[in-house]
Amino acid sequence: MFDFGPFFDNIGEILDGFWATIRLAAAAAVLSLIIGTILASFRVSPVPVLRAFGTSYVNIVRNTPLTLVLLMCSLGLNDILALKFSDNSSTTYYWWAVLGLSAYTGAFVCETLRAGINTVPLGQAEAARSIGLTFFQSLRMIILPQAFRSIIAPMGSVLIAMIKNTTVAAAASYAEVALVTKTIVDKPSFASGVIPLFLGVAVGFLILTLPTGYFFGWLAKRMAVAR
Amino acid sequence: MSKGASVLFDVPGPRARARNTMLTVVMSLVFAAIFALLVWRLYDKGQFEEKLWTPFTEWKVWRGLLLPGLLNTLKAAALATVLALLFGAVFGLARLSDHWWIRIPAGAVVEFFRGIPLLILIFLAFFVPNKISPEIAESPLGQAQRLSVDYFFSIFGVESNAGVVTVPAFAAVVFGLTMYNGSVLAEVVRAGVLSIPKGQSEAAYSVGLRKNGVMRLVLLPQAVTVMMPAIVSQIVVLLKDTALGFIIAYGEFLQAGFKQVPANYHNNVLQAGIVVAIIYIAINMSLSRVATWLEARSRRSRKTSAKTLKAGGPPPVAGVGVTQQSI
Repeated sequence: MFDFGPFFDNIGEILDGFWATIRLAAAAAVLSLIIGTILASFRVSPVPVLRAFGTSYVNIVRNTPLTLVLLMCSLGLNDILALKFSDNSSTTYYWWAVLGLSAYTGAFVCETLRAGINTVPLGQAEAARSIGLTFFQSLRMIILPQAFRSIIAPMGSVLIAMIKNTTVAAAASYAEVALVTKTIVDKPSFASGVIPLFLGVAVGFLILTLPTGYFFGWLAKRMAVAR
Repeated sequence: MSKGASVLFDVPGPRARARNTMLTVVMSLVFAAIFALLVWRLYDKGQFEEKLWTPFTEWKVWRGLLLPGLLNTLKAAALATVLALLFGAVFGLARLSDHWWIRIPAGAVVEFFRGIPLLILIFLAFFVPNKISPEIAESPLGQAQRLSVDYFFSIFGVESNAGVVTVPAFAAVVFGLTMYNGSVLAEVVRAGVLSIPKGQSEAAYSVGLRKNGVMRLVLLPQAVTVMMPAIVSQIVVLLKDTALGFIIAYGEFLQAGFKQVPANYHNNVLQAGIVVAIIYIAINMSLSRVATWLEARSRRSRKTSAKTLKAGGPPPVAGVGVTQQSI
């Protein structure tokens, strides 16, 4: 039962799966931070249209299951509306998975960032205005830098949740590690060794998530705004 | 609108008003253009044909597919909520134990189940018993396996046939949801109890209560008030995550609405997705309302001496620490 032989026979595929997961997570991390920051600035802006857009986006996306978001991207937008990134099916599914995951995570990034903006003392914004900065200047130079520093730890939680959510892309035809695991388990030749396989996958995820958590915890302490 | 928004800008003067109007017009045009492009694309691909939308107005479809799916979703969510609350209470309190041999294993279990993806947990419950049970049936543990399946796991629909244990998709989903959300709730319980000011337990000890009494009579009643919003918002997460049952073909709402309906009615994937999404959003938003209401109520409440745990936001993760989440 604890025979690691079959696990190491398939190690190549598993590592390919993890590499696919890492590529998806890295791209989604960058894109979701961008989307989230834009959404957060929409939600605090003086323009009602932008505020309404930000609020409805967050409410819609946050309350939809990620499985549905990713399936709508792959089956709906890519297959039916034929909005393809490339003719190569694995490339286009990869980018739709990145886009879907970022669109979903972006809503959470936005909410975290907004909570961070609320922690910036009132005096900071007032001082920024009193020296004549416009809304976007004060947001960019005064508010956001302080907000970002106060939300490093919760942002770490969002990113770790996102890393774990990459597995859902298995539903959207992207061959990351959960889909690879399922394929290996379904192989007729893979009779024993299912426990080592799941142990390996679990340890792989712990290797991805635990150091990320400790890194963000360390960073949060280091970058904390002293008030 | 948040309180933060209003501090960021003054009442606009003439120039700011002009700039805001211009931005409003420009951004409305941009959003309208994106929307129009999407509509045009939908029209171009024939997605406005009546036969693609009408299935959702037929009672037959609701009774035969959507409502049973919704029922399955709610069933899995309800059972998993109960079990996760139990798991969370037990492990959350175990992590607060004074005995290291309880505290450390409980911590390891909680961190493990929080650290790996829910889908992997569901796969674990779905695939592993089936593969390893024949081998266990041959071993000295075979009898124990047979008895535990017959007398306990059969409640969840697990079957044992000539030594091969089959876990139905329902039980796998419930297992995954329970373990993951239970671990998150364990952290919520721990944070809730830790958030009660130290004076409370000191006072309780000084009037002669024991550990058990301090926890049961003083700390937990106050902690529950503090934890309620966080618990309800975790239930929203749990409900949303039942959709992962789609991947192992559990007949829940997404499976019914997004797979069965398109399979039977002209592959209307987009239309089905929109309808299913609206229903999910309606359910989750009303649950979130409850969380917000509870949060407001608990803030006003004088039954507790601690600060309310936040309803929204991601669950704290390993290494980041619960106490730093106080934003």
